[in-house]
Amino acid sequence: MLNPQDPEVDGEMKQGHKKFTSLVRPRGVTSALAVATAALGLSSCTIPTFGAFKGATTQGQSTFHLFQGFALASIAVGGVTFLLLFYVMFRFRKKDESIPKQTHSNVPIEIMYTVIPIIIVVILFFFTVRVENKVVAVSPSPNQRVTVTAFQWGWKFYYPATNTTVIASGNTYPQLVLPQGETTTVTLVSKDVVHGFYIPAFNFSRYALPGFTNRFDFNPTTTGTFIGRCSQLCGLYHSEMLFSVKVISPAAFSSWTASQAGKVTA
Amino acid sequence: MKVEHKIYLGLGAFFSLIVIIYWLWAGESGGATMLLASALLGLVPGSYLGWWAKRMSQRPEDVDEPTVEQSSGSIGAFPTYTIWPFVMGMGAFMVALAMVFGSWTLVIGFAFIISAAISATLESKRGGVI
Amino acid sequence: MTLTEEKKGESDHGQAGHHEGPSGLYRWLTSTDHKVIGKNYMYTAMVFLFIAGGMAMLIRTQLASPNGHFVSQQTYNELFTIHGSIMLYLFAGPFAFGGFANYLVPLQIGAPDMAFPRLNALSYWLYLTGGITMLLGFLTASGAAAFGWVGYAPLSSSTNSPGAGPDLWIVSIALVGFSGIFTGVNLVTTIFYLRAPGMTMFRMPIFTWNMLVTGLLILIAFPVLTAALIMLYADRHFGTVIYSVKGGGSPVLWQNLFWFFGHPEVYILALPFFGMVSEIFPVFSKKPVFGYKGLVFATLAIAGLSTGVWAHHMFTTGTVLLPFFSALSLLIAVPTGIKIFTWIGTMWGGQLNYKAPLTWAIGFIVAFTMGGITGVFLASPPIDFATHDTYFVVAHFHQVLFGSTIFAGFAGFFYWYPKLTGRMYREWLAKLQFWVVFIGFNVTFLPQYLLGLKGMPRRIAVYSPTDGFTFLNQISTVGGYLTGLGFVIFLVNMWISWKRPVPAGDNPWDGYTLEWATTSPPPSHNFTSLPPVRSTRPTWDRNHPEHADYKSPHVTEYAKKEVSSSEG
Ligand code: HEM
Ligand SMILES: [Cu+2]
Ligand SMILES: [Cu+2]
Repeated sequence: MLNPQDPEVDGEMKQGHKKFTSLVRPRGVTSALAVATAALGLSSCTIPTFGAFKGATTQGQSTFHLFQGFALASIAVGGVTFLLLFYVMFRFRKKDESIPKQTHSNVPIEIMYTVIPIIIVVILFFFTVRVENKVVAVSPSPNQRVTVTAFQWGWKFYYPATNTTVIASGNTYPQLVLPQGETTTVTLVSKDVVHGFYIPAFNFSRYALPGFTNRFDFNPTTTGTFIGRCSQLCGLYHSEMLFSVKVISPAAFSSWTASQAGKVTA
Repeated sequence: MKVEHKIYLGLGAFFSLIVIIYWLWAGESGGATMLLASALLGLVPGSYLGWWAKRMSQRPEDVDEPTVEQSSGSIGAFPTYTIWPFVMGMGAFMVALAMVFGSWTLVIGFAFIISAAISATLESKRGGVI
Repeated sequence: MTLTEEKKGESDHGQAGHHEGPSGLYRWLTSTDHKVIGKNYMYTAMVFLFIAGGMAMLIRTQLASPNGHFVSQQTYNELFTIHGSIMLYLFAGPFAFGGFANYLVPLQIGAPDMAFPRLNALSYWLYLTGGITMLLGFLTASGAAAFGWVGYAPLSSSTNSPGAGPDLWIVSIALVGFSGIFTGVNLVTTIFYLRAPGMTMFRMPIFTWNMLVTGLLILIAFPVLTAALIMLYADRHFGTVIYSVKGGGSPVLWQNLFWFFGHPEVYILALPFFGMVSEIFPVFSKKPVFGYKGLVFATLAIAGLSTGVWAHHMFTTGTVLLPFFSALSLLIAVPTGIKIFTWIGTMWGGQLNYKAPLTWAIGFIVAFTMGGITGVFLASPPIDFATHDTYFVVAHFHQVLFGSTIFAGFAGFFYWYPKLTGRMYREWLAKLQFWVVFIGFNVTFLPQYLLGLKGMPRRIAVYSPTDGFTFLNQISTVGGYLTGLGFVIFLVNMWISWKRPVPAGDNPWDGYTLEWATTSPPPSHNFTSLPPVRSTRPTWDRNHPEHADYKSPHVTEYAKKEVSSSEG
């Protein structure tokens, strides 16, 4: 059975990612697609957001660009589908009682509408894997570490380097402080049930699981305060399990940690 | 029978492929077990149907143009009404409630289920109605 | 023709016709006729639809304003839990494979009944009692289950969710699960063993094909759910620690088991409805279905793939192999897309007769295409990290599920209503209902995509006025009420049709398949005589000999022989 306490599970997964990357990247294809991404990357400022957050971390921005790519692809695919549908709906309204030609199949067309979607999803998959590797990558030597513990119904943020604890639940919301432009590795655990550590502005969420430790990195790009939420139903006060994330300059972060060393803020 | 056989076998083969990939790549045993069970769910009945397909004469529903001889014969008896499924259902209901409220309905529930099972079997053996 | 009649004559075994069956309540309790059971299922499922729909109205009312106080947070959690559980376990599935499939599959393949009529009756009773069990939760002291329709461990443990409500939820789903398994066995056996002479597998109506694949998926998925529930029950009552970290168990195991059931389940809920519209588009275009074999293989591909994608519901757990599940999930969009193009291809060049079934079926394509596309977004792990457990997902699955079960479901209901009852519904009311529900549905769910992207998590009872969710939620609530109103129109339609019956005739739509070759409603044991089956459209062949399928050379070997012998 899957054993969540086994640290190997995590390690194995990352290996899986690596193996896979080498699988999908034969050289010729890579360069062609690299051009395509570059084009996408350059023009992404002119592409609308489609309602999504632009992402306040490097990881979140990659996700945002992927989202834009998916949105464009789906507008194309959905657009063609709906055009066909509406054309058929109006063009072939019943005119008389005659019996139309009884077409049973058209093999070339059927092959076409099988092969084209396959090509599309292969392309989508390619970009997915690239972004995914970026988003789940955990740096071996991050600038900061913070341990996040979720519990019913609140959060505890612990900075091991300075032995600083921020904890709150109920009506006051705890604040997670992160330095801008640096890599912070988050270690996420849960004390009781499954929670969802979700920062909408970072385009990221991860479960806080009891008995299993999750790790991921944030590289915040913009300073500011963002809202964080519990996304996974965790019982009665799930809706009120909020926190905030404050991204400040590295200098401000150093003085903050210095001032908070050894303290417990409740 | 050939098509039926192939559907099962095809699904079984597909799941076998998936379970191998999954096991080698993810190395996770919970999912692999379930996938393996699904593969067997395809392969076992699939082989059984194939075994039969070889041994039985072609059925009228498997040929494009059945002849008169092929099409005649009985296809089975179908009851029109019987109380026993209802009795058994109520028995299961009582057992279920007993599992929640821990009450005496457990015994009655099982009594219902067993008597309904016996009666339905006898009824079906007689080939008749209640 | 005579040959088939001979066979039917034999099959009756002197039971039907000779015995006068019981009537009234006793008939309802004792009938093993698949048509009676099928109708029972259908009407029971509709009652559950209205109950869960009512809960949806309460949910939307709560969310209409920030810091809503319409219901308490505890009640809110119970409401969405039971809303989801009823819709998925008690409405969508039973409506389709208990109701429509039960009623139609034997008719479509020219069988006198399901293979195991007693088992079929038992299925219904387990379903009904299971449904009642779930509702009983509201009457217990501690209320109904409140951990979502997915019942994640360890929230569903006896410490985190004590009381009888959660236990009722568990045994209820176990009962309904057994009922589903029995129906699955029955469907597969019926389709494999009770087809009429000449009804080869590749002449079966697409609806029947879809029900076969649904049956297979039920057999794959439901036992896993039942096992998972039994273990949950054991954890709660016998002190086992299967899902509990403290004793060395694994909460993630529940998620793996649940979604190994859960993803096939969503296709168990969708495939029957794909089958229904695959019958409706051809008939209302006066053309055969386009790419019959393609549709069949797409359905089988969905069955295969949907078993290997469960962990796309667990991307954010950090415990699953992302590329594997994302690849298979993306791939499943391909057969789904094939189906959509097949339906459009069926209508292409046809004579589209805009009766209610066709209108509803087109509404289904519109909703389902959008939902399918956003499914592709969710199949990409990074995008899922950003949207998981938000209203984006809620919008996705309502577009696909509401699209299937309501739009395709009502398309099917209106299509077969004349067969079920021998009566006609009121066309204009069915259309009016369509437009109200269609507008209401889109107004409800399209804003939810935006809410999700703005970061509104699902299953929250309250949000703050500063979140910026208020306006979109209000729109969504208005849409919800409008949708609810649409269902009232349906009740009016049924009431009028019941009070002032308009006879429908045996084949009002010029249908193609065997159910249209018998009377409306069909007699006990279904057929007095069967047309010969020489193609996928036996009734069409009989009614339109000049355009019969078996004369078209590329359709069957039979036709090729026929053609060559007449030419030679
Ligand atoms: C085009 C094919 C589809 C793809 C690629 C797809 C993908 C996904 C993914 C990845 C999720 C998980 C989202 C999350 O929780 O973060 C999801 C959720 C869901 N999907 Fe789909 N989906 C597809 C079609 C369908 C269909 C046909 C149905 C049912 C008729 C369906 C019903 C659901 C439901 C009910 C959920 C939410 C389950 C829950 O968490 O409560 N999907 N889908
Ligand atoms: Cu929560
Ligand atoms: Cu899924």
